[in-house]
Amino acid sequence: MKVTVDEAKCCGAGQCVLIAPEVFDQREDDGIVILLEPEPGEEQHALVRVAAAVCPAAAIGLS
Amino acid sequence: MSLNEQVLSYPIPGDAALEPPAEWAELRGKCPVAHVKLPSGDQATLLTRYEDVKQVLADPRFTRRLNAPDAARMSAEGGGVFNSEMATIIPDGGEEHQHWRRLVGKWFTAKRMTALRPAMAEIAERLIDDMVKRGRPGDLKASLGFPLPVYVICDMLGVPAADRDRFSYWSDTLLNLTRYGQAEIEAAQGEFVQYMSEHIAAKRAEPGDDLLSALIAAGGPEDGGLSDIQILVTGMALLVAGHETTANMIGKMVSMLLADRSRWERLLADPSLIRTAVEETLRLDANSGFGLPRYLREETEVSGTVLPRGTTVVCSMAAANRDESAFEAAAEMDLSRSPNPHLAFGAGAHSCLGQALARTELQVVLEVLLRKLPSLELAVPVEELERVEGLAVGGLRTVPVRW
Repeated sequence: MKVTVDEAKCCGAGQCVLIAPEVFDQREDDGIVILLEPEPGEEQHALVRVAAAVCPAAAIGLS
Repeated sequence: MSLNEQVLSYPIPGDAALEPPAEWAELRGKCPVAHVKLPSGDQATLLTRYEDVKQVLADPRFTRRLNAPDAARMSAEGGGVFNSEMATIIPDGGEEHQHWRRLVGKWFTAKRMTALRPAMAEIAERLIDDMVKRGRPGDLKASLGFPLPVYVICDMLGVPAADRDRFSYWSDTLLNLTRYGQAEIEAAQGEFVQYMSEHIAAKRAEPGDDLLSALIAAGGPEDGGLSDIQILVTGMALLVAGHETTANMIGKMVSMLLADRSRWERLLADPSLIRTAVEETLRLDANSGFGLPRYLREETEVSGTVLPRGTTVVCSMAAANRDESAFEAAAEMDLSRSPNPHLAFGAGAHSCLGQALARTELQVVLEVLLRKLPSLELAVPVEELERVEGLAVGGLRTVPVRW
């Protein structure tokens, strides 16, 4: 699984960090997404899929 | 007359406090772009399908310029929070909005909210202890639902929680679309502006460890910060937003979970369901309030219907959240539903800034209640729960409980 994030779209809702904190974080100075793990391990896949599905700005891409 | 021909009055009254009006399903099925008449008498276009609501909320052509001369007024008295001039001071779209959003948004990150959890749990425990001391039955809304979010947002803004009765009144005059006359609303807003101006002046003189002090410290627009009036309106908007929304949702969430006590028992047996249970109550909140109005500055098409320039659209997120084409068994409450991409907080660049705060508060309240009052139950039949009428944000009058 490869994860991408679109910083321009991100609205800083923080859903991804609440759901998959090992893969996503937010910048201290503006709350925008930080991708910690572009190729997360198998055990994270389910959480990352949920995070991508519920992102209110559709800013998380999976391939 | 079918729904296609008649003009529905909006908001559509709900008979039962926790159940959706029957019209929602009919509108989604047969009339997804419906003409409605608002309390002001003005006409608007109501959207109820998931895909439409999601698309419109994220589309910058649907603006928040509800103060445009030809925009529909929400209520006869002018329209409260949605039509207010105040709403135009915070940038509506584009880079300016993004700049504002990021300056303020850093105070609402998931990590910051997680760090607030122990303090929130402590407040919740204290409020529950007080409710228990006063004896059964208690009103969960007045004892816990209302005070908790107010304490939290007051602390974030550095305003004294002791003034909360005044905030509640000011907030109500902005959010209640039918209860107050124009003179009363203007007087309340004047007092609120005065209060917040004095508060900001005090913070300027003596900064604290709070959001408003930080916004002041960021400097004016020339330094990449906000103008004085923007700081003022941001403070007022956050205080109002932090007030009625989560406060009412706590009461509604607990009522929904107790309405069928097997739900409560399932959570007692497996507290790991708290996160998804909170999301599911947000999705199924049939009394979430007015919905989000948008004003269209250019002709656009939604679900095959052409909407002319100047149309005011009302997005019913609550109706969209029960759309069978977006959620399997949409009418059923599934405490483990995941993913749950409901629209309770909106969608796109304007989706709720405080959603991580709201989620955290709801999760903490539920976790503490399950732990401290496992025997909790509604003290009245669910049919006796009553809605608060007229609010932009829906709620229940009281939530009588025993334990």
